[in-house]
Amino acid sequence: MAVLEQPGTTDHPNTPPPDWHPRTDPDPLLPERAPYRVLGTPTASRLDPALLRRLYAELVRGRRYNRQATALTQQGRLAVYPSSTGQEACQIAAALALDPQDWLFPSYRDTLAVVARGVEPLEALTLLRGDWHNGYDPHIHRVAPLCTPLATQLPHAVGLAHAARLKGDDTVALALVGDGGTSEGDFHEALNFAAVWQAPVVFLVQNNGFAISVPLEKQSAAPSFAHKAVGYGMPGRLVDGNDAPAVYEVLIEALRRARSGGGPTLIEAVTYRIDAHTNADDATRYREQAEVERWRAHDPIALLERELRDRTLIDDEGIREAEAAAEAMAAKLRDEMNTDPVLDPMELFEHVYAERTTQLAEQAAQLSAELDAEEEGSPYPESQER
Amino acid sequence: MSTVTAPSATSIGRKPSTMAQALSRALRDAMAADPAVHVLGEDVGTLGGVFRITDGLAKEFGADRVTDTPLAEAGILGTAVGMAMYGLRPVVEMQFDAFAYPSLEQLISHVARMRNRTRGALPLPITIRVPYGGGIGGVEHHSDSSEAYYLHTPGLHVVTPATVADAYGLLHSAIASDDPVVFLEPKRLYWSKADWSADAPQEVLPLGRAAVRRTGSSATLITYGPSLPVCLEAAELAVAEGWDLEVVDLRSLMPFDDETVCTSVRRTGRAVVVHESSGFGGAGAEIAARVTERCFHHLEAPVLRVAGFDIPYPPPMLERHHLPSADRILDTVARLQWEEN
Repeated sequence: MAVLEQPGTTDHPNTPPPDWHPRTDPDPLLPERAPYRVLGTPTASRLDPALLRRLYAELVRGRRYNRQATALTQQGRLAVYPSSTGQEACQIAAALALDPQDWLFPSYRDTLAVVARGVEPLEALTLLRGDWHNGYDPHIHRVAPLCTPLATQLPHAVGLAHAARLKGDDTVALALVGDGGTSEGDFHEALNFAAVWQAPVVFLVQNNGFAISVPLEKQSAAPSFAHKAVGYGMPGRLVDGNDAPAVYEVLIEALRRARSGGGPTLIEAVTYRIDAHTNADDATRYREQAEVERWRAHDPIALLERELRDRTLIDDEGIREAEAAAEAMAAKLRDEMNTDPVLDPMELFEHVYAERTTQLAEQAAQLSAELDAEEEGSPYPESQER
Repeated sequence: MSTVTAPSATSIGRKPSTMAQALSRALRDAMAADPAVHVLGEDVGTLGGVFRITDGLAKEFGADRVTDTPLAEAGILGTAVGMAMYGLRPVVEMQFDAFAYPSLEQLISHVARMRNRTRGALPLPITIRVPYGGGIGGVEHHSDSSEAYYLHTPGLHVVTPATVADAYGLLHSAIASDDPVVFLEPKRLYWSKADWSADAPQEVLPLGRAAVRRTGSSATLITYGPSLPVCLEAAELAVAEGWDLEVVDLRSLMPFDDETVCTSVRRTGRAVVVHESSGFGGAGAEIAARVTERCFHHLEAPVLRVAGFDIPYPPPMLERHHLPSADRILDTVARLQWEEN
C-alpha cells in the first residue's frame, strides 16, 4: 500500500486562519462560581443601616402585596395573579438600585419591582384585574408595561438604552426576565444587540427554579444563566437572589458600569418561587414540599431580619412598624379593588391609531348603538335592524 | 397622473427616476428634516442595503443614525420599539419579505399594540420597510407577498406604492406617521421609471387614499403595489375587446379607502380584485366582501378575484404561471356576466 504524503509538513505549514485574533478575553467576564452573598458574611458589617432598614420595609410590603393580590383572585377581583413570594429581594432590591432617570422593563411576575419603583399598587394590577392592558403611564416612573410574552421586552430595553446613549443621556435600562424566558430567541437577540452596541442595559435573570412546571434541568444545560454572558462578550454575575443587599450591590455595580459607558451586564439572581405559578396552578403536581421547605428556610425577609436584629438595627417595634405600613398598603389596595372600575366600552376604539380610521369609526358607531339599545333594554340594537 | 411607464416630456424640472431612487430620496429627506429619524437593518449602512435603497445614508448621517445591525429581525424590530419609546423615529429595513417573519411577534404583540395598551402614552412611530412580492426570479423565500399577515393585525398601517412618485410621497407620510407603518415595497418595481424628480415640488400623500390610475366605465380593476402595471396593461388590451376598464390603485391597504373604491364600482357596476399573493384569506377576500357589502345594488356581477394560486411561492422558473397576467385578468373580466345585459 502506498504511503500517502502527509499534508502540512513542508508544503502546507500549519498556519492559523488569516486575520484571526482572540476578540475578548473571556476570563474577566466569567461569573463567580457560587452566588455572591453579603448577609451572614463578614462584609455585612459595612452595609448602610438606612439601606438595610429600607430594604426590609419594602420586602415586608412586597410580601404583603403578594398575599393581598392572591386573596383578591379568590374574591374574583383579579383575573389571575402570578405571585412572586420568595422573590421579593431580587425584585425590590433591583428596582431600588435604579436612579430616577433609569427605565425598568418588567415581565408579568415583576409587579413588586414596578411598585417599588413608585407605581401605585392599584395601577400595577390593571393588567391582571382586566380593566385595561396596562394601568400606569410608563413615562411617570419610567416603567414599561408589564410584559406577558416572555423575553420580548428585553430588546425594548436595549433599544431604549441605545437611544438614550445616542442622545447623551445618563439613562440605564434594567430588564427583568425569568429562567424560562432565557430560552426564548428574544433573550439571545437582546443580549447580542446590547453587547455589540455596548448599550447601557442590565439584564437580571430571576432564576426561580421553574417555568410554570418545568424545572431548571429541562430549561438549560448551561453552567449557570450568568455564564451565558460570556458568549455575548459581557460580564456575568451570579448572586443570591434572596440576599437583598447582595442583589442591591451587584445591581449598583452593573448600573454604574453601564452608566459610565462600560456596556451591559447579565446578572443571575438565584431564588425560588414559593407559591404556584399563579392562583390557577397546582404546584404539588410537579414538585416536592420538602424542596419548598428548604427554600422557606432561606427566606429573604428572615435573612434580612436576622442581620438587622444581630446588629440591633431593628427591634420588635421596628418590625411592627414595617408590618403596619404593609397592612395599611394592603387595606388601601383592598378598598380600591373592591370598587368596580368605571369602564367606557367606547374607549376600545380610542387608542388603536392616532386618528380613528373610517373602518373603526363605523365599528364604534355600531357598538355605540348596541350600548344605547342595552340601556333601553331592547335585545335588538337599532344598527342590527336593517 | 403618474404611471410606472412612459415618462411624460411635458412636466418641467422632472427627469426619469426609478422607484428605488425615489425611496432613497424620501429616506434622505426625512433624515435631513428630523434628527429623530434613524435607519436600522441588515446591510443598510456601508453597503447601502441589498437593493441600495439606503445607499449613501450612512456616509451622510453617520453610523449612529444608519445602523448595520446584527442579523436578527426580531432584535431589529424589538430594539426599534425601545428607540421609539425614547422619542426616536426608527425606519427599519427587513431585507426580504420572508426574512421578516422572525419579527412578527414583536410586530403583532408589541408594535401594533403599544399605543392601545398604554392608552396613547407610548405611540410607536416606526416604519417597517419590507421589499415584497415576486417577479424578480428570486429563489425560495425571496418572493413572498406577506400583506395579509400584516393586514390582519389591528394597530398597523399597511401601505404599498406602485408608482415612483407614490414611493416618495407614501414613504414620506409613513415616516411622518405617529403610528407604525408596514411599508411594502414591490421589488419588481424598484427599477421602474417615471419622470419624477425630488427637486420638483412634491405632493403630500396622506395614508389611506386610493388613486384612480385609469378611468373607465365598463368595470373596475382594484389592485395595489406590484400588480398595478399588469392591470394597466390589461386595461389597454381590453379596449380591443370593447371594455373600458377603470383601474384603482389602493396605495394603502390599511386604512382602506372604501370611498374611492366604492365610488368607482358603483359607477362601473363590476369589479375584479387583482393581487399576486394567494387568494384564499388574502387581501382580495376582504376587498371583495367590502365591495359586495357596500355596492350590492350597483353590481351587475359577483366581485371576482385574480390572485396567485394557493400554493407556496413557486421556484423562479415557474413563477410566471403563478403571477396574475394580463390574459388572466382579461379572462376574469370576461366572466363578469356581460351576456346578461
